[in-house]
Amino acid sequence: MGTIAEKILTAHAGKDVKQGDIIVSPVDFMMSQDGTTPLTIKAFKDMQGKKLNDPSRYVIVIDHNAPSPMESVSNLHREMRTFAEQQGARLFDVGEGVCHVIVPEQGYALPGSVIIGADSHTCTYGALNAFATGVGSTDLAAALISGKTWFKVPSTIKLQYDGRMPKGVYSKDIALRMTGRLTSNGATYKALEIVGEAIDSLSVDARMTISNLAVETGAKVGLMRCDKKVIDYLETRARRAFKGVEADVDAKYEVVLKEDVSKLSPQIACPPDVDNVVPIEKLEGKEINQVFIGTCTNGRVEDLRIAASILDGKQVAKGVRLIVSPASKEVLLSAMECGIIQKLVKAGASVTTPSCGPCVGTCNGIPSDNEVVLSTANRNFKGRMGNTKASIFLSSPATAAYSAVKGFIADPREVL
Amino acid sequence: MKELAGKARKFGDNINTDYIIAGKYKFKSTDMNDMAKHLMEDVRPGFIDEIEKGDFIVAGHNFGMGSSREQAPLVIKAAGISAVIAKDFARIFYRNCINVGLPVIECDTDSIDEGDEVRVDLERGMVHNITKGSKLKATPLPPVMVKILKDGGLAEHFQKHGGFKLE
Repeated sequence: MGTIAEKILTAHAGKDVKQGDIIVSPVDFMMSQDGTTPLTIKAFKDMQGKKLNDPSRYVIVIDHNAPSPMESVSNLHREMRTFAEQQGARLFDVGEGVCHVIVPEQGYALPGSVIIGADSHTCTYGALNAFATGVGSTDLAAALISGKTWFKVPSTIKLQYDGRMPKGVYSKDIALRMTGRLTSNGATYKALEIVGEAIDSLSVDARMTISNLAVETGAKVGLMRCDKKVIDYLETRARRAFKGVEADVDAKYEVVLKEDVSKLSPQIACPPDVDNVVPIEKLEGKEINQVFIGTCTNGRVEDLRIAASILDGKQVAKGVRLIVSPASKEVLLSAMECGIIQKLVKAGASVTTPSCGPCVGTCNGIPSDNEVVLSTANRNFKGRMGNTKASIFLSSPATAAYSAVKGFIADPREVL
Repeated sequence: MKELAGKARKFGDNINTDYIIAGKYKFKSTDMNDMAKHLMEDVRPGFIDEIEKGDFIVAGHNFGMGSSREQAPLVIKAAGISAVIAKDFARIFYRNCINVGLPVIECDTDSIDEGDEVRVDLERGMVHNITKGSKLKATPLPPVMVKILKDGGLAEHFQKHGGFKLE
């Protein structure tokens, strides 16, 4: 009688666990990025760490500040490369992409597994039925040494999305709606189980957009079922054998929230909080200066394809900059092979190295004072993109692309 | 654990880790003292010049939401803040605070105003507002976190016990 979270943790703890229990669990996979690895290395040394418990279960990704825009960052990157080499861990260097896109692509995120990453959006892998959550550098260092971490077994909120996805409405709109409904701390310490026919109808890539935003509700994990689409996605990618975990029919949920997506509009999160969400009808016509399409939320091929289909043969509006960051080398290559990048560039997009860049305000697109940005990212906090005087609105790639053409926030259902 | 004393520095709800230390600084360096100059810069410019060693950050709901960056509690610590007192905390931040040995106290902060003289007894979980002459009871820390905090943080816990000793 367990939720997905309880059943994954029961299998890992080697005993029956229930909500509220404190357990020490083996960790199947770990990850850190260039914003968190230097402190992880420091904590590893402070703990007298000598060797990784299992180098095959840890990767380092250089994505937040890549390629390095300054010497202090370059020196931190070098420290990471040296550590990876000494420890025999895989390092994905500049240009290989954003950690949360690489990890699933490379077959590290598997159903039924326990994953921790020193990045809050590690919850993305919940779309692959993994109990995956963000931790700090010290927690990660302890797990690198021991192969284990501790958890409080969370209670679960079940979110059920029924109905058919309307044209012009995408998984990002479900994700933003979820954040608006739960609020930024509505699921703190809790697990989300995200199910329903609308979720079943989405591709694995699109599902990851929703799990990605789980942390914006405070949740520990954003779990989905392991169905045939997940198994097919992993067929050529999975690095280990895996077994999906289903919730029991009599699982106990804190609450079950149902929603019919068939009447859902494109959604926008308004600054300065991700839960400040309104339907697009309330914001149509709002003038914008920069559009950013990319990130671990919405920088996958499907996202770029939707954007390219809207921008094909058109031009970005005068006075608007469009920045596109394909979220990984694999994404960039396949977007080039099918002509997506050509369409975007011809329409006026500036395409960057696969990386986080503008989303975290490190490089590649910091807005100027009083500018308005429409972004496909997951956070719109004041200063998030590197300038406290700019304001950031969040949307789907379709809304972002169509708004780039119009020069103001515009409803993509008009052209789809 | 000793008693902490200082002035309250008041903030609202949903103070996220980008506000505590912006992304544009955190990737540049691991020097927390240098980064501490930018503590809360985006929401309260000049904050670092207003505070004195031992002061408390006092806030509303969901303090520390957002990124997993451990720079957030480390920078608060480096700035000389003795503890964060809030109505409630975001999960990853809360855990990071305990791991790096920054005390976090959950209680109703409505009656604490900017500049109030505050004393905190971590052992008893009491927040004493000297200015107002009132006492507030804090939500007790989970026992697992008390163990880690008593050892001085997770690194110290790990060294002392040769691994996790929590169950």
